[in-house]
Amino acid sequence: MELLIIVMLVLMIGGAIFSLEARDLLSAVIAYGIVGFGLVICFLFLGAPDLALVQIVVETITLIIMITVILNSTREEVKKGWKKTTAYAVLAFVFIGFFLYFFNRATDTLTVFGDHAMRMSKAYLQPGAAETGSANLVTGVIFDYRGYDTLGEATILFTAVIGVLTVLRLKGRK
Amino acid sequence: MTIIVKKVTQIICGVIFLYGIYIIIHGHLTPGGGFAGGAIIAGAFILLILSFGSEFLALKKEETGSSLLESSAILVFLVIAVLGMIVGGVGIFLVNFLPKGTVGKLISAGVIPLYNIAVGMEVAAALLTIFLALLIYRDEVLK
Repeated sequence: MELLIIVMLVLMIGGAIFSLEARDLLSAVIAYGIVGFGLVICFLFLGAPDLALVQIVVETITLIIMITVILNSTREEVKKGWKKTTAYAVLAFVFIGFFLYFFNRATDTLTVFGDHAMRMSKAYLQPGAAETGSANLVTGVIFDYRGYDTLGEATILFTAVIGVLTVLRLKGRK
Repeated sequence: MTIIVKKVTQIICGVIFLYGIYIIIHGHLTPGGGFAGGAIIAGAFILLILSFGSEFLALKKEETGSSLLESSAILVFLVIAVLGMIVGGVGIFLVNFLPKGTVGKLISAGVIPLYNIAVGMEVAAALLTIFLALLIYRDEVLK
């Protein structure tokens, strides 16, 4: 299980690096799709079908929209004025070492992978089905215990749509 | 698109739509829920537009409708939440005021299925509105 997830993670990192370096933007977007669909497989391995379902649909729609944008604009990447000097390389290694040190310190305090911290989730897991009446505990948590959270998410989506319409539509802009 | 894509879309589009509705309605029983089901329904519409071209559907009328649906869906969500405050008896926002029923039945869990339907409408209409706004922008402004 852990080995399969590590293989998927290596594949996702490879896709991300390729999409950064590719000259053709269409192949960059398709390589970026590896990251999203690899994440779907990771979610399925970790036993989170709810997240996998959302991720696969959103990833497909995002990929379609990005491919449409690229086919309607340019496929060649615009050249950046980026000089590769030794100073940048040294700076990059310094930052990598810096963050690796604190990452290592932070992960030391965590529990082992796959061994969940049960202090908080016990309060939801055991009486959850009886209190909310929902057989799918994720929905129970989303709409009952964390109702304000869901209301906020719906409001964010609503605001995002209003922003897109305000920027893009000519209707009412006089 | 070619006739193959159009024919396959004709056959499969309604099935995708029904699957989205199933995911929303069974959100409190099986994996999924409002967000996933709404995105699937929006995907069915996007597939239809992509395969038949943007001239096929009256997009501006569609966009008015989906924008209206999106605005009213969040209003429905808020109305149910406020109803919990009035009817629920304890005076708490977002309280589950309907009877819970037996766990595992389709009609159970009080207001959670209603919230699921409202959020599903919201997500489907929002994604479709963004896609239509991009398409209409290309037709209207760039030409």
